Amino acid sequence: MSTPLVLTPPSAWQRALRQRSLVLGAALTLLLLLAAGLSLVWTPWSPYEIDLELKLLPPSAAHWLGTDAFGRDVASLLLVGARSSILVGLIAVGIGLLLGTALGLLAAARRGWVEELIMRLADFTFAFPAILSAIMLTAVFGAGIVNAIIAIGIFNIPTFARVTRASANAVWSRDYILAARACGRSRWAITWEHVLPNILPMLIVQATIQFAIAILAEAALSYLGLGTQPPQPSWGRMLSEAQTLMFEAPLLAIWPGLAIALAVLGLNLLGDGLRDWLDPRLARAR
Amino acid sequence: MSVFLLKRFLTLIATLAATSAVVFVVLDVLPGNAAQVLMGPDAAPEAVQALAQQLGLDQPAWQRYLQWVQGLLVLDLGNSYAYGSPVVDLVLERLALTVPLAVLAMLITTVLALSAGVYAASRHNRWGDMGVMGLAQLGIAIPNFWFAILLILLFSVKLQWFSAGGFPGWTEDAGGGFWQALKALLLPAISLAVVQAAILARITRSAVLDVMREDFVRTARAKGLSRRGVLWGHVLRNAMVPVVTVMGLQFANLLAGTIVVENVFYLPGLGRLIFQSIANRDLIVVRNCVMLLAAMVVIVNFIVDLLYAAIDPRLKASDL
Repeated sequence: MSTPLVLTPPSAWQRALRQRSLVLGAALTLLLLLAAGLSLVWTPWSPYEIDLELKLLPPSAAHWLGTDAFGRDVASLLLVGARSSILVGLIAVGIGLLLGTALGLLAAARRGWVEELIMRLADFTFAFPAILSAIMLTAVFGAGIVNAIIAIGIFNIPTFARVTRASANAVWSRDYILAARACGRSRWAITWEHVLPNILPMLIVQATIQFAIAILAEAALSYLGLGTQPPQPSWGRMLSEAQTLMFEAPLLAIWPGLAIALAVLGLNLLGDGLRDWLDPRLARAR
Repeated sequence: MSVFLLKRFLTLIATLAATSAVVFVVLDVLPGNAAQVLMGPDAAPEAVQALAQQLGLDQPAWQRYLQWVQGLLVLDLGNSYAYGSPVVDLVLERLALTVPLAVLAMLITTVLALSAGVYAASRHNRWGDMGVMGLAQLGIAIPNFWFAILLILLFSVKLQWFSAGGFPGWTEDAGGGFWQALKALLLPAISLAVVQAAILARITRSAVLDVMREDFVRTARAKGLSRRGVLWGHVLRNAMVPVVTVMGLQFANLLAGTIVVENVFYLPGLGRLIFQSIANRDLIVVRNCVMLLAAMVVIVNFIVDLLYAAIDPRLKASDL
C-alpha cells in the first residue's frame, strides 16, 4: 500500500525562515534595536565623560573599539548613537507615513482634480531633497535635530503619497469594491474597510525602506552639522570628528560608517524580504 | 506632439514659479528683517535701518519677490553682503566645480550601472548575477560621505596617490590645469557614483530581464541574430525607459550628494558656498543657491519627461 501523497503548503514561519534576506535583515534590524535599547540602561563607559588622558587609545580589553579625541569610549558612543538614528528615522517616517498615506488615500478616493492637485504637489516636493530643506531650515532657525527630522519627514510625504495612490487605485478597480459601492457604502467607509487593509503590507515594506533612507539622511545631515548636536552622540558626527584625525587614528573613521552601513543594509534586506514574504507571487515571478 | 510639449512646458513654468515662492517665503519672509540677520543681534538700530533701506527691505514682500524673480531672469541678483561681489559671479565661479563634478559622477554611474546591470541580467540566477546584486545591496547601504572617507584613507593616507582634498582650479593661472583639476574631482565623483550606480544597476537588471521575456526578443533570436546582437540592439533600447526615469530621479540625489561630498574633500563648489553663507548669515546667497539647486532638479526631470517620448513613442499617445 503506497502512502498517499500529501502536499501541505509551507507555513508562514517556514516560508519566512527559507528567505535569507528576510532572516539576515531581521537579525541586523534586531541588533540595531537591541543596541539602542541596551544603551538606555547600560553602556561600557559614559559617552559624555571627557578625559583627555585617555584620548585616541587603540582597541583594548577595557575599550573594545578604542577611544576618540576626547577620551570617550567609541563602543559606548556607537551604542548611544543608534538612538539618534532610530529616533530621527521613526519620527520622520511617521510624518511621511501618516500624511503621505492620508493624501494618497484621498487622491485615490476622490480622483479628478483632487488627485491631480495632490500628485502635482507631490512632484513639486521632490524638487527639495531632504538636505536642501534642512539647509533652508538651518539658515532660518539655526542647526538642530528638529530641523533634520522635519526636513526628512517632508521628503517622505510625497513618496508615501505616490505609492499609496498607485496601490489604492489598483484596489479601487477590483470587483469587491464595486460590490461594496453597490451596497451603498460610502467612499470613506470603503477606504477604511477595504483599501487601507489591502495596501497595508505594501506600506509596511515601504516604511522599512524609508527608514533606511532616513538613517542615511540623518547621518549625512549630522556629518554636515545640520542634525544631531553635541554632546548627543551620533554616527554622522562621529565621522566628521574622525575625519580630522585620519592620519593619527584611521580606525575612528571606520566604526561609525560600518554601523550606518549595517543598519541600512539590515533594513533594506528586511524590506526586500518582507515584500517577497507578504506577496509570494512576486518572488516567483522574479 | 506640440500639445504634449506645450503641456509639459507649462507644468515646468508653474513648478519653477511655485519653487521660487517657497524658497522666497522660507528664506526671506520667515527670518523677518534680513538686515538684522546679516548684522547680528548686537548691531546698532540705525545701521540696521540703513542696510535695510540699501537692500530694499522697506518695500512690501510681494514687490521684493517680483524684483527677485526679475533678477533671476536677467541674472542680476545683487551683491553678496559677506563677499561684496555680485551673487551671480560667486555662483558661476562655484558652478565651474559643481557641474563638472555632477556630470563626471553621472558618467561613472551610467557606465558602471549599465555594464553591471546587463552583465547580471545575462547571468540571471547564476553566480555572476548573485555576486553583482550582493555588491549592489552593499553599495546602497554605504553612505556616500563614508565611502569618500574610505577612499581618502586608502588613496591619500595609505597610498598617497591623491591629495586628501582641495581643488587646484581649471587654468594654469590659478595654479592648476585641466588634468590636475580632473584628478582632484576623480575621488569625489567615484564616491558619489558608487552608491547611485548600485541603485541603477538593480533597475537596469530587472528592466533587461523584463524585456528579455518579450516575444520580439524570441523572434529576433529565431531569425538568427546572436545573443549579443539582440541584447545590445533590441533589449537595451527597450529597457531604457525605466533606467532613464530612475536616472532623472537620481539627479536630485546626486546634487544633494555633491553638497555633502564637497564638504568631505574641501572642494570650493556650490555646497561649500551655501555652508559658508549660512555661517556668514548671508541669506541672499543661500536663497539663490537653494533656488538654483531646486531649479536644476525640476529642469532635469522635465528633460527626462521629454526623453521618454523620444525613447518610447507609445508614451506620448497615452499621455495626451
